[in-house]
Amino acid sequence: MNLSESLYTALDSILANKMRSVLTMLGVIIGVASVIALMAIGNGFSEDITGQISSIGSNLLTISTDMEASGGYPALSMADVAALSDPLNAPDITEVSATVQSNQTVVFGGEEKNTAVAGITENTLSMSSLDEFQLGDGLTQNDIDLQSRVAVLGAGIASDLYGSEYPIGTQIKINGVSYEVVGVLEESGGGLAGDTDDTVYIPITTAQSRLSTSRTRDGQKAVTFITAQAAGAEQVEAAIEQVTETLREQHNIAYGEDDDFGIFDQSSLLDTINTVTASLTAFLGAIAAIALVVGGIGIMNIMLVSVTERTREIGIRKAIGALRRDILLQFLLESMMLSLLGGFLGIILGWAISMAAGAAFDLTMVIAPETVLLSVSFAAGVGLIFGIYPAWRASNLRPIEALRYE
Amino acid sequence: MIDVTEQTTEMMGANGRNATDTAVIQMRNITKSYEMGTQVVHALRGIDLDIEEGEYVAIMGPSGSGKSTLMNMIGCLDVPNSGAYRLGGDDVSALTSDDRARIRNRHIGFVFQQFNLLPRTSALKQVMLPLMYAGVSRGERARRAKEALELVGLGDRLDHRPDELSGGQQQRVAIARALVTQPSIILADEPTGALDTHTGDELMNLFDNLNQKGMTIIMVTHEPMVAERAHRTIWLRDGLIQN
Repeated sequence: MNLSESLYTALDSILANKMRSVLTMLGVIIGVASVIALMAIGNGFSEDITGQISSIGSNLLTISTDMEASGGYPALSMADVAALSDPLNAPDITEVSATVQSNQTVVFGGEEKNTAVAGITENTLSMSSLDEFQLGDGLTQNDIDLQSRVAVLGAGIASDLYGSEYPIGTQIKINGVSYEVVGVLEESGGGLAGDTDDTVYIPITTAQSRLSTSRTRDGQKAVTFITAQAAGAEQVEAAIEQVTETLREQHNIAYGEDDDFGIFDQSSLLDTINTVTASLTAFLGAIAAIALVVGGIGIMNIMLVSVTERTREIGIRKAIGALRRDILLQFLLESMMLSLLGGFLGIILGWAISMAAGAAFDLTMVIAPETVLLSVSFAAGVGLIFGIYPAWRASNLRPIEALRYE
Repeated sequence: MIDVTEQTTEMMGANGRNATDTAVIQMRNITKSYEMGTQVVHALRGIDLDIEEGEYVAIMGPSGSGKSTLMNMIGCLDVPNSGAYRLGGDDVSALTSDDRARIRNRHIGFVFQQFNLLPRTSALKQVMLPLMYAGVSRGERARRAKEALELVGLGDRLDHRPDELSGGQQQRVAIARALVTQPSIILADEPTGALDTHTGDELMNLFDNLNQKGMTIIMVTHEPMVAERAHRTIWLRDGLIQN
């Protein structure tokens, strides 16, 4: 008997017991569907984050204090910003901005919120691609020079505090002091240093004198981080070197001593995040794979019951001339077809779940072709591995005993 | 009754035999014993048996006489401990289980007391099954299976499953399945045991007709009425043939 005959026989048996076949497949269906859906969530999450990071602006270097190396003092000041802005020090850097970041209580009317307040230079928002306004305008150089008490609100904090009220021209209280709201940003959906939508932006000079009064070791007003724009993707490494040299000189760091600051660029950040999301996806996949293995054990279970239940049938087949190989192949193909069929139904179910969950929870779902391929081959493997033992048992039944079986 | 003339002649004609062997079954000093718990049961103690082509033989004997063991031996479902067995000219006394399966497929048509049809399977597919294991092509299989079913009077029941057929009809499907490979012998184990007298008689008429057309039939039974139809009755007692 050839392979196609065995396939027909297996298919006949699957179709003759539809209910049992569906129940047998259920484990694999659920397993494959969960692999597809969970991997879709993981991949979608990773794609979302990567997209957000690259939307912030490429070739940006973020410089912050390394507290351990600096002895607990903030290391960065506006003098550093001035030094990095000098093309003689850092020819590959086109623009530099500074931010003083702290958490403050922000009050408008009866609403009160604890949120991030960023003191910024005039170009901070535009460098981070945050210069789209729903209402009003950004901070001017004049606001910064005069230490004005003016504020620009992120979209999230604006709607939290104001609801449907019109915020421009009103006064909010930050740490008990009144500021005039001059602008509201468009929603941006995230950010590197905290959630940009929930941040209140005020002039850096105002923040340094009223909110974060910490000083560097040599008595300068501190900034939380400095953002530097490299001239292009190829210049990022040169820019990092120039920043390092300039700041070591600024901070009088002796040869052989550690930097009192750290530099993060987008690519290393992306690498880090990709590592994290990849392990997240792998973790989700592993959980789903367990479901698949459980499904496989379910198949073996039913196939073993089926061999016992069909002992007489096996006896009849052997009596009229079935070889051991014929019986082995029949049962093996049956379990493989069940798990493959379950795999295909699982893909459809997993796809449907992904689409539904994506729509319901506003998640990006990415079904990668590799995931589909992986889960189908896994399903086929499960059918093969867990089908071998029952098939082997069936093929080794002795016809006399099998025929006598009640 | 059923007209078997045409088809049977054709089927028998296609059945090639080794001309030098006169007997289709030749058994010499066959013994078989097996352990049952701690006891050793000597089921067959030295059987000498020749059955000629075209014979109609009944095997009778009390329970425990070795009837079933002898039937398993003739049907190549079991191997003897010692002795020689030639079936249709082939030495089949010491073969592997797969070789015995091939021999069963080629030489033996089984008819069991309990019909032993596959559940949820149409009459046509039941009868096609032995041909599938014989490697016959799909179209040829369907043609020959239909022919065999017509021969047993079930030409109008091809698509019926066992649960849609009466006991007598199910046994006819089993006989068609036994016939379809054009075997050397039909081996029937109490074929009327599960049927009422009238249906049993009709079935025995069918066996008579098959034998008249040249088919070798060996029947295990303990009903004297059934055995009377055979040309020869072999009496078995304590694992030996009585003369």
